[in-house]
Amino acid sequence: MSAFDCVIVGGGIVGAALADVLSADGVSVALVEARSIGAGTTACGMGHLVAMDDNAAELALTSWSVSLWRELADGLPRTVEYDACGTLWLAADDEEMAAVSAKVANYRAAGVRVEVLDSAALYEAEPALAPGLVGALRVVDDAVLYPPLAARTFALRAQARGARLMTGCPVRELRPGSVVLSNGDVLTARHIVLAAGVASPSLCPGLPISPRKGHLLITRRGAPVVHHQLVELGYLKSAHGTDGASVAFNAQPRVTGQLLLGSSRQPGDATREVDAALLERMLKRAAMFLPGLDGLQALRVWTGLRPATPDGLPLLGPHPEKPWLWLACGHEGLGITTATGSARLVADQLLGRTSAIDARPYSPARFLTASSRETAHA
Amino acid sequence: MREACDLVVVGAGPGGLAAACRAAEAGLDVLVLDAQPEPGGQVWRGEARKGTNRLARRWLSRFSASGARFRPGARVVAAPEPGVLLVEEGSSSFAVRYGRAVLATGARERFLPFPGWTLPGVLGVSGLQVLVKDGLPMRGKRVVLAGTGPLLLAAAATIHAHGGEVLYIAEQASAASHWSFALQLWRHPAKLLQGALMSATLISVPTSTDAWVIAAEGEDRVESVRLSVRGREEQLQCDYLGAAYGLVPNLEVARLLGCETSAGAVVVNERLETRVPKVHAVGELLGIGGVDQALVTGELAGLVAAEQPIPIEMERTWHRVRAFAARLALHDAPRAELRRLATPDTLLCRCEDVPMSALEGCQNLREARLYARLGMGACQGRTCGTAAQTLFGWSGEDVRPPCLPARIGSLRLPSEVSSTHTRES
Ligand SMILES: Cc1cc2nc3c(=O)[nH]c(=O)nc-3n(C[C@H](O)[C@H](O)[C@H](O)COP(=O)(O)OP(=O)(O)OC[C@H]3O[C@@H](n4cnc5c(N)ncnc54)[C@H](O)[C@@H]3O)c2cc1C
Ligand SMILES: Cc1cc2nc3c(=O)[nH]c(=O)nc-3n(C[C@H](O)[C@H](O)[C@H](O)COP(=O)(O)OP(=O)(O)OC[C@H]3O[C@@H](n4cnc5c(N)ncnc54)[C@H](O)[C@@H]3O)c2cc1C
Repeated sequence: MSAFDCVIVGGGIVGAALADVLSADGVSVALVEARSIGAGTTACGMGHLVAMDDNAAELALTSWSVSLWRELADGLPRTVEYDACGTLWLAADDEEMAAVSAKVANYRAAGVRVEVLDSAALYEAEPALAPGLVGALRVVDDAVLYPPLAARTFALRAQARGARLMTGCPVRELRPGSVVLSNGDVLTARHIVLAAGVASPSLCPGLPISPRKGHLLITRRGAPVVHHQLVELGYLKSAHGTDGASVAFNAQPRVTGQLLLGSSRQPGDATREVDAALLERMLKRAAMFLPGLDGLQALRVWTGLRPATPDGLPLLGPHPEKPWLWLACGHEGLGITTATGSARLVADQLLGRTSAIDARPYSPARFLTASSRETAHA
Repeated sequence: MREACDLVVVGAGPGGLAAACRAAEAGLDVLVLDAQPEPGGQVWRGEARKGTNRLARRWLSRFSASGARFRPGARVVAAPEPGVLLVEEGSSSFAVRYGRAVLATGARERFLPFPGWTLPGVLGVSGLQVLVKDGLPMRGKRVVLAGTGPLLLAAAATIHAHGGEVLYIAEQASAASHWSFALQLWRHPAKLLQGALMSATLISVPTSTDAWVIAAEGEDRVESVRLSVRGREEQLQCDYLGAAYGLVPNLEVARLLGCETSAGAVVVNERLETRVPKVHAVGELLGIGGVDQALVTGELAGLVAAEQPIPIEMERTWHRVRAFAARLALHDAPRAELRRLATPDTLLCRCEDVPMSALEGCQNLREARLYARLGMGACQGRTCGTAAQTLFGWSGEDVRPPCLPARIGSLRLPSEVSSTHTRES
């Protein structure tokens, strides 16, 4: 039996970022990962660090997190491929362009730097785009990076400060004050943090987290150059299929000269196979924005499972019924971005400090009330 | 575009050709796809034009007469749903809907890294042979070959016949293993004959067992190689080095379709059916066994696909060639010393320029991929993944579509995949 101040279960970007923050605060930490650091959903994500304004809580967490990433950027190894390329939200018609002004107000109120591009400015910035777009919103400080190495960097930094890194160690059970590994070993700790992404409910039944599958495609090097992460504003109203699946145009320039294309959303799908029909919809959509796309060389298509919650916000904080258990999971499609902010929020609560932003909107208590506990136990 | 057929055969080497002939002769509508411009696969490359090899001539003309349709330059890139393949053909693509499939995608060479292995002029053993057959000038060129098994001699014979000077053949297997393997060859008359013919023409080439390349050296291209020969070091000046350690099956299409693999080969039952119903595997996919295995397993699978009876003699032949394949695998297994040749700055993955040192701390292939970009490039780990498997015992990663780099357009689904037959002949 080994004793730690804190055992973090799950070495994705969220668990690794938390290990980094806690170890920097002198907390003795064990980071316990079933497979390899960053090899879960983190390895499947796009790595877009993006301030999103669908609601105030999302904007608060994402914009703060993006700024935390920016502070970290200089200390990240080159291989993490941090690139502050900014985001262009593309408006396909006047209706979408009209939505831009509301977004500008949201972002500016949150201290996020934005610019509005008219059609001419847009094509000057991104000549590869299909004609007919009416303009774009540029979010200046958004960035991209390579998620698995970002996670590994956090984990190795924690290790260098004395944290124990345990990979290839699946956790079988969480108990008050201890976690049981699948090989029967027991780690004791004052605090246990569950950061197992989409697998979190298997260790803590009743958590409102379900998989939301996504597809990505990467091209060979030498793809036509785009300079920003490109996203369609129309994603909000984009067509949903009968199965609830949706696609949106999302293209990312990699520093390697490759183009990373997304994305799709399939609620409740926990399979790993490429869904050919959905991939087809995704590629068709992408080809509308990037003419000539069909001629690019694809290297690989893959899928990943976003850990989705009913309101799209993560679960960050104490489990209301299990005071010994902390949650850091349910980051849906924004966990690469919000790993930095999430790690701070959980660490601050754990250490009894106040945070830079209000932690309440992400409190697990919003779902895990007494009644839901009864359902879970039924 | 859409195509439909009773049986699709992927690969037009001896395995695929034999399967296609048997099935088409029994009346099935057979479609054969191969990435190469001509049928023949690796061993009968160019024979469709030259017609110098009797066995090849016989099978190729039988194939033309069989009624099977052949699509050259057709690369299978994805398997979007059971019974459908996506195929890239030049700058266009099409989908094939099939009732059954025979996978006959053959093998590639196993490269193991040593200092200098990425220098120009350093190639595979059979890779160099293929280039020579395709016209690489050999007259006056000095060549060193290093590797294992019968393909070393086949390559040497070709280079010799094209006017090249083979300075040395380094066989990695131990003397004991090599000679016991050679002595087993009497059970396989065709091979014994081939071997004897080759040795006769090569009588003047110094050959050694327990020998391998330590390093290739040169400024802009290979100028010399250092060999370990029975514990001594030797240096030879040369223009080309062919160095590769046997073959490994091309499992990508099979794994894309979900076929189970074990010990580097596709798992099949006695009807050569994989764990995926109605999908068969033949030839090198069953474990490296050469032309004889490819032909007999191809014939068997073609007959099974067409629901024809299997002649007992054919089954016996198959069991015999399987025994040969098992011995070949023992003989060709890379010796331990070959795993220790690379230095920290030797590249393991040449697509992504990943040196050995970048793998520090990686525990498995997935970590090497995620943290060091091993196998993330154009070849998707075909070369370095196999090497890493041999060097570190790491097992393979999942295959994701496309199984070969392909235009995005080739991954697009045709609006509807027809299921009606469109037999041409
Ligand atoms: C297609 C796609 C695109 C995306 N694009 C973006 C993007 O552009 N920007 C962005 O911000 N986000 C993006 N995301 C979302 C982001 O990838 C996730 O939100 C994030 O990776 C979640 O991180 P995590 O650490 O919670 O989960 P994970 O990375 O899944 O980590 C959880 C870890 O827990 C481990 N684990 C599970 N069970 C156990 C156990 N019993 N014992 C021990 N360990 C266990 C797992 O092995 C895993 O490593 C995308 C997601 C997908 C699928
Ligand atoms: C480079 C090389 C040279 C060789 N030279 C000799 C030799 O001289 N003598 C000898 O006895 N043996 C040689 N061999 C050994 C050879 O593997 C066998 O002798 C024999 O060719 C195996 O037959 P097969 O039908 O299993 O596969 P192959 O003959 O290898 O045929 C496989 C075919 O499948 C095609 N293919 C693979 N993947 C796809 C795809 N995704 N889409 C479409 N088509 C695909 C390939 O283009 C190829 O034509 C060589 C092997 C290699 C790798």
